[in-house]
Amino acid sequence: MSENFEPRIVAFCCQYCSYSAADLAGSMRLSYPPNVKVVLVPCTGRVDPLHILRTIENGADGVCVAGCLEGDCHFLEGNFKAKKRVAYVQRILSEAGVEGARVRMFNIAASDGPGFAEAARIMTETIRALGPNPLSIKTEKMSEEL
Amino acid sequence: MIIAERKPIKELLEMLAGHDRVLLVGCKGCVTVCNAGGVREVGVLASALRIARRRQGRPIEIDEMTLDRQCEPEFISWLEEPLRENGYTAVMSAACSVGPQYIAERFDNVAVMPALNTKFIGGTLEHGVWAEFCRACGNCGIHNFGGLCPITRCSKGLLHGPCAGSSGGKCEVRPEVDCIWHLIYTRMKNLGQVDKLKALKPAKNWSGYWSGGVRRVVREDLTL
Repeated sequence: MSENFEPRIVAFCCQYCSYSAADLAGSMRLSYPPNVKVVLVPCTGRVDPLHILRTIENGADGVCVAGCLEGDCHFLEGNFKAKKRVAYVQRILSEAGVEGARVRMFNIAASDGPGFAEAARIMTETIRALGPNPLSIKTEKMSEEL
Repeated sequence: MIIAERKPIKELLEMLAGHDRVLLVGCKGCVTVCNAGGVREVGVLASALRIARRRQGRPIEIDEMTLDRQCEPEFISWLEEPLRENGYTAVMSAACSVGPQYIAERFDNVAVMPALNTKFIGGTLEHGVWAEFCRACGNCGIHNFGGLCPITRCSKGLLHGPCAGSSGGKCEVRPEVDCIWHLIYTRMKNLGQVDKLKALKPAKNWSGYWSGGVRRVVREDLTL
């Protein structure tokens, strides 16, 4: 594994909580790994298993879905739906030979800027420990062979 | 509707061994409703299979297409052009097992494989949970049982139930299953028809089920 490996992580963040938390983390000038690229979604209940799978398929090293605290979802239960879908995608990835731990759910309150920074750190370290997306490695290796 | 369930990825990968260009075909009928083989499920499965094959170092091209129904030859004919033009060596059908059989009969030069296990004729209990309601026995007699089917929904298929395993309205075979005889009795009681249950039922006529080979229904007024 390359020591220079910088994980590429996509975070699907809900508009009402975790995206606001990311915004707040910025306003608070908190430092966190720049590896996490945020995608705004109206609610984590909008995140389809296919969104996550295609993100991994297209080369992301990790995906996190970040919603409101449990019980605080603006749409009542979108984050609970997301939690089940994340578990479903983890199972599919494991069946397909990719570590399910590359996908993870976080729950962060809108007022918790430090919580977002911490989640970004946890996710980055988790993926750094797992190494690059095995699909990307394969692709690069194969393109070298070609 | 017909309830189906996706086969394990490992089993599907074994079927696809030796194939590098495949068409994955979904169905917008029953299997879409039971979330086994509609547009979205086909997308997820195609993605999972591509990921798995790349992981194995043998990438596969999987195109996706979902037909309105796979249980009618007219819709199967929509596959002619893509199969002719795109050089697929296999078609994987995400439909009940009628779909892959129609595809296999129509196209000689491609391998055909099922992505789903066809489970039963059933209905939705709640979102994500389905149960069997009909065994397609060919001789429906549910009017004798308050409109509920003991042949399918009693674990023992009893006609003069309940058995001694009925407890608190649940079946002894699995505690989450309602004892259908409890429901039948309650319903007949509410209808004031409990006496009908005392009538001796003759043995079930199974002649419309497994006898006489492949079953078919013919409507002369509709045939061309």
